[in-house]
Amino acid sequence: MKLIKRCIERIVETILTAGGMITSVIILLIVIFLFKEGFGLFNSPSVEKGYSLCVNTENPIEKLNPFQIKEIFDYEIDNWKNVGGNDEEIILFRFEELFYRYSDEELGENDEFLSQKLGEIIRATPGIIAYLPTEYLSSDCSGIKVLPEAKISVGDFFGRKEWIPTAIPAPQFGVLPLILGTLWVSIFAIAIALPLGLGVAIYLSELAGEKMRKILKPTIELLAGIPSVVYGFFGLVVLVPLIQKLFHLPVGETAFAGSLILAIMALPTIITVAEDAMQNTPRAMREAGLALGANHWQTIYKVIIPYSVSGISAAVVLGIGRAIGETMAVLMVTGNAAVIPHTIFEPVRTIPATIAAELGEAPSGGAHYQALFMLGCILFLMTILISIAAEVISKNHPQRKGI
Amino acid sequence: MIEAKNVDFYYGDFHALKGISMKIENNTVTAFIGPSGCGKSTFLRLFNRMNDLIPDTRLTGECLINGQNIYDKAVDVTELRKNVGMVFQKPNPFPKTIFENIAFGLRVEGINDKNFIQQQVEESLKSAALWEEVKDKLKKSAFELSGGQQQRLCIARALAIKPDIILMDEPASALDPISTSKIEDLIHGLKENYTIVIVTHNMQQAARVSDKTGFFMLGKLVEYNDTKKMFLSPEKEETQNYITGRFG
Ligand SMILES: Nc1ncnc2c1ncn2[C@@H]1O[C@H](COP(=O)(O)OP(=O)(O)OP(=O)(O)O)[C@@H](O)[C@H]1O
Ligand SMILES: [Mg+2]
Repeated sequence: MKLIKRCIERIVETILTAGGMITSVIILLIVIFLFKEGFGLFNSPSVEKGYSLCVNTENPIEKLNPFQIKEIFDYEIDNWKNVGGNDEEIILFRFEELFYRYSDEELGENDEFLSQKLGEIIRATPGIIAYLPTEYLSSDCSGIKVLPEAKISVGDFFGRKEWIPTAIPAPQFGVLPLILGTLWVSIFAIAIALPLGLGVAIYLSELAGEKMRKILKPTIELLAGIPSVVYGFFGLVVLVPLIQKLFHLPVGETAFAGSLILAIMALPTIITVAEDAMQNTPRAMREAGLALGANHWQTIYKVIIPYSVSGISAAVVLGIGRAIGETMAVLMVTGNAAVIPHTIFEPVRTIPATIAAELGEAPSGGAHYQALFMLGCILFLMTILISIAAEVISKNHPQRKGI
Repeated sequence: MIEAKNVDFYYGDFHALKGISMKIENNTVTAFIGPSGCGKSTFLRLFNRMNDLIPDTRLTGECLINGQNIYDKAVDVTELRKNVGMVFQKPNPFPKTIFENIAFGLRVEGINDKNFIQQQVEESLKSAALWEEVKDKLKKSAFELSGGQQQRLCIARALAIKPDIILMDEPASALDPISTSKIEDLIHGLKENYTIVIVTHNMQQAARVSDKTGFFMLGKLVEYNDTKKMFLSPEKEETQNYITGRFG
C-alpha cells in the first residue's frame, strides 16, 4: 500500500518536472526561432532572389542602395548624376518589355535568343538599368555590368522611413515609421490610462463606500475580459466618427483613436492591479500615518501610494505591455498608414498590426517574411526593456530592501 | 488631564467596553493590564480616535482631554492626533529613510523649513535615545534598523510632533530584554514632559514604569489604583489572582 503511494508520488513528481522542462524548452525554442528567422533578413539580397540589376559597362556606377533602386524604378530619380554617375538620363528596362520589343520568332522557339537580345539592348543603351532574372544573363558579358548583389543592411532597416515590402525590384524595409507608430500610440495610451487608472484605483481603494466598491470592482474586472475585436469594433463604429467630427479631420482613423481604444482596454488591468496593491497596504501603515496627524488625503499620497509603489509599477507594466502588444483593436482604428506621424491626429501603423496584416501575404522564407519576424523581435525587446525598467524602479524603493 | 466618563463601546453587536470611568493626571505614567481580549487596546485607542477607522462601531459616554470632549463635532481629529501621539505594538516605520520617518509629522503639518526640520529630527532622536546609533545613517532605509531601534524610531516619530500625551500599545512586546529595558528607561525620562498611557502584558514592566495601574477584565475596569498599592495589596480578588498569576 505504502509502496504504491510512493510510486504514484514519484510518477506525479516526474510528470510535473518533465512538463515544466518541456514548457521552458519550448518557450526558449520559440524565442530562438523568432530571432533566427528575424536575423535571416540581414542575409537576404536587397533585390528579389534570382534577379539581377544590370547597367551598361560605360556607366561608372558601381552599386546602388535599395532606396536608390526604388527611387529609380518609381521615376523619382531620372538622371544618373543624382546617384553619383554621369549626367545621363536613366532608361528603365524591365524584363517583360523584351516581349513587347521582339516577336516570339525573334526570341526563338525555346527562348534561345533571349539572352542575346538582352545583351544587345543593354550594350546599345548607355543610360539603361535593366531588371532581369539572373538565369537569362548571357554568358557573353561584354558590355554588361551586373551590379553587385547587396544585402539588406541593419542601418537601412532601422534608419529608413519607407516601409514598402512589396516594392519591385527593391522592397523597402524601413521600420522607423512602424516603431514610431507603436511608440506614439502606446505612449499616448499610457498617458491617458495611467492617471485615469490610478485615480480610479485610489477612489476605489480609499474613497469609495463599501457598497460602491462591491458594485464597481467586479464590473471593472469584467471589462478586462472583453475580447479586443469587440473593443476594436466599438472604436471603429463610435470613436472613429466621433474623433473625425470633433477635430474636423479628413479621416477619423488616427493614432489618437488607437491610443484611446488602447487606454480603454488597459484601464481595467491598471485599476485592478493598482487597487489590489493599495488594499494590501497594512493597516499598521495607515494607522501610523493617521496617528501622526495626517489627514485622509495626506495618508493616501504620503503613505499608501509610496507603500504600494511596487504593485503600482506592476500595474503600469501590465498596462503598457497590453498597449504595446495589442493588435486587433489597433489594426481596426489607426488607419494603418506606414508613415511617420507628425501629430497624433494622423493615421499610423503599429508593429503588431503590421505583422497581423502582412504575414498572410508574405511568402515564407522571403525577405518580407523575415522582416516581419524581425519586427516581432523588436516588439519582444521593447516589452523586455519595459519590464526591466519597472523592476529596477521598484527594486530601488526602500520597501523592497527591508523586512 | 484625561478623563473617561461612563464609556461604553461596541463593535457591531459586541459590547467591548462596559461603563468605564477613569481619570489620568498630567505628567504621569499609567499602565493598563489585563488578560488578552479584555479591551485594553480598544480603550486606549479611544483617546486618539483610532477606533473611528473601524466601520460599524459605537461609543456612548464621554472622553475628555483637558475638559474638552474629543468626540464633540467641533473637534478636528487631525489636530487631536497631533496632540495625542501613539506607538503601536509592532514597530511600523514607513518605507522611507530614517530622517523622513521622523520628518513625516512635520511635513504633514506643512512645515518646510529645512533647518527647523533637521533640528527637530535630531532632538526627537535624542529624546528617544536613538541619536547616537543612527546619526550617521539618517538617509538609510528605516527597515535597516533592528526591531528595537525601529520601535524607538516610532517613539521618536511620535515625539517629533510635540504631543502632550503619548499612548503606547504594548510597545515592547515584540522586543528582546535589552531593547525592552531601553524603552522602559526612555519612558521614565519622557514622564517629565509627557503624559504616558501604556498597555502591557508584562506585570513587572507595569510595576517598573507606571505611577498608576488599571486592571481590565471582560470589558470592565476592575481596579484602578496607585501602582505600588495595586501590586502590594490590591483591593479586588480578581486583581490579586491575575497579578499572582493564578488567572491568565
Ligand atoms: N475590529 C474589531 N472588530 C470586532 N471586534 C473587535 C475588533 N477589535 C477588537 N475586537 C474585540 O474586542 C475585544 C477587545 O479587544 P482589544 O483588542 O481591545 O483587546 P486587548 O485587551 O487589547 O487584547 P490583547 O491583550 O490581546 O491585545 C476582543 O474581544 C476583540 O475580539
Ligand atoms: Mg491589544
